Amino acid sequence: MSEQSTAQVETPARGLGVGISSILRNWSVPIFFLVISIAGIAAARLDINYLINEVVGRFGRNAFLVISLIIPVMAGLGLNFGIVIGAMAGQTALVIVTHYRIDGLAGFMLAAVISVPIAMMLGWLVGRTLNQAKGREMVTSMIMGFFANGIYQLVFLVLLGTLIPMKDPVLILGSGIGLRNTIDLIGLSYSLDRAMDWLWNGFVFTSIGATRLGPWRFPICTLLVIGILCVVTTFITRTKLGQEMRAVGQDMHIAQVAGINVDRTRIIATMMSTVLAAWGQLIFLQNIGTFNTYSSHEQVGMFSVAAILVGGATTRRATIWNAIVGTLLFHTLFVVSPLAGQRLFGVSQVGEYFRSFLAYGVIAVALALHAWQGRAGKSK
Amino acid sequence: MSDESKADVRQYVRNAYEQLGLPRLIIIIFLLSLFALAVIMRMDLAILVKDSITRIGMNGILVLAMLPTLACGVGLNFGLPVGVIAGLVGAVTSMNWGLKGFAGFAAAMAIAIPLAVIAGYLYAMLLERVQGQEMMVGTYVGFSLVSGMCMFWLLAPYRNPAMIFALGGKGLRTTITLDRTFGKVLNDFLGFSILDVYIPTGLLLFMGVFYVAIALFFKSKAGLAMRTVGSNPMYARSSGINVQGMRTLGVILSTVLAAIGILVYSQSYGFVQLYTAPLTAAFPAVASVLIGGASLRKATIGHALLGTVLFHTLLTIALPVTQTVLQGADISEIARMIMSNGMIIYALTRAERR
Repeated sequence: MSEQSTAQVETPARGLGVGISSILRNWSVPIFFLVISIAGIAAARLDINYLINEVVGRFGRNAFLVISLIIPVMAGLGLNFGIVIGAMAGQTALVIVTHYRIDGLAGFMLAAVISVPIAMMLGWLVGRTLNQAKGREMVTSMIMGFFANGIYQLVFLVLLGTLIPMKDPVLILGSGIGLRNTIDLIGLSYSLDRAMDWLWNGFVFTSIGATRLGPWRFPICTLLVIGILCVVTTFITRTKLGQEMRAVGQDMHIAQVAGINVDRTRIIATMMSTVLAAWGQLIFLQNIGTFNTYSSHEQVGMFSVAAILVGGATTRRATIWNAIVGTLLFHTLFVVSPLAGQRLFGVSQVGEYFRSFLAYGVIAVALALHAWQGRAGKSK
Repeated sequence: MSDESKADVRQYVRNAYEQLGLPRLIIIIFLLSLFALAVIMRMDLAILVKDSITRIGMNGILVLAMLPTLACGVGLNFGLPVGVIAGLVGAVTSMNWGLKGFAGFAAAMAIAIPLAVIAGYLYAMLLERVQGQEMMVGTYVGFSLVSGMCMFWLLAPYRNPAMIFALGGKGLRTTITLDRTFGKVLNDFLGFSILDVYIPTGLLLFMGVFYVAIALFFKSKAGLAMRTVGSNPMYARSSGINVQGMRTLGVILSTVLAAIGILVYSQSYGFVQLYTAPLTAAFPAVASVLIGGASLRKATIGHALLGTVLFHTLLTIALPVTQTVLQGADISEIARMIMSNGMIIYALTRAERR
């Protein structure tokens, strides 16, 4: 367990070179997955309208969470598996809002507001812990997610109704202790996705030649929010704080010498990521419409990390475009693989397993490749 | 009592406390209070003790598998599923042949061990290239192997009707009973009862053999070399030890122990669990060895043994006791999650302070 080398790995020059070789170098991973996706689509013989509807829907549902990973990567914390904890903060806010029966966009906004202090507090705790585990942030953040899951269950399954007084026959189990396993979000479902329907209901109909395309229904408002987040994230990287984060991410010691408060900067990056993840989970759940109290958040970290890696990010460099391309590609594969498994092997279960194999495998390969390249770069 | 002897006692208590460490103290107190509760609630202590002993025997070798990687400096082996999968392939193949009793168990071991050596070697090659990120890479190598093997279980050419899905006739079942093959062969070997407590002699003997063997190994020349590699790689290299070779050996040893460990576990449990069951196999083992007092820098047989006893006794008695006390609410699973992961975080955040 040697401590993480401070030697920065040279990333390939990202000049304005538009040559094929530079595109291949920077985008080799996404191109690889694009090829697999296309092969899968061909094998499954998918209806293109179904595919586009599904992928755009899933993009709206997940992109916010994936983008929340970017800031910690910039600050040198690696991929923050701790966004699971942010998701729990979002869900806590959702439980409160559902309890008071506040519906629609107002309820969604209120949940977003309530989740901020919770997520900030949790993010601060995560950030502090990660500062004690420098060089092992990723594995620590992953285990912290599991740990927090235990605390979450303790609070909502045991303490609620016993220590925390709450009476709500809709939310609480028959015994009066603990939340129900699934909570229906009738009042909140699609509250953000369809918030701009008064402007345009999001349906798209076109046709190219003889093939009719549509109707596709897009979550207009969610896509807009994601767009705003992209702009804000880019803006943050340009501010003084963003520059400091970048410096810390490049080399903690040099940043320290340059007068940057390294630990504080890292904590702020973690807190930002946690708050964004809380909002991301709210967007995710308003789209799904029901909420599995004890499992909705569990896989958030893994799927988001896999998505951004498919988009070509590494543990030390991640951009908005990595997040967007990755989310689109990963979820295309997600839609396609069970159907492709059905066609190729006659068992749709194979596709289901292939899906999780893919998610785990992508992370394993990406982490291994990067650690490998890092060492090769060092020994030069 | 004179002041001096008071100071002595205080010093002794402080030393004992420092040796034990706060986490272990908390867990021991928690464990004792659970036992006290069990006595107050007039529960059947014999059953609790019997179950605890069996659980300790079941998990002992899986926890032991943590030691070689910690000793050679690779860290906590979150890639334990690599070995577990090898063990499961051995078990399933032996069952497919319809071998019974000890023959079945031996055949499963004979298939599992070479597989584990090969898989462990490949895994070690990978870890060698990702130094510094072994734990993270190991975790996800384990996860992806388990999910990849899900497809194997579904498509593999096993034909024994006792093992494949009753309906549809394709793919292995999620849990396969070992009743008619090698279920409980070790548990029942020379088993006897004292004071209503059943002692699974064979199981404990088998576990003991491996603990002694590993203890002897660490005393041998190769074992010492491995520890040197773990504690000071530069020094090891300069004194002519093959650092990479030792790390490889450590990982292979850990993988083989994991394969044997899951076979022992399965025969005692009475079922082989396939598909996503091995996904989390590493975490209880990791937590146990850490609860026993191991750190990323130092791990001994004693740590593994104490950890297995503490953690698995706790897991075994927490469920019945809390269910009796709290009338139905099951906090044992929650306690397990908080305790094991809390322990791992504690170890990860403390490793640098030597």
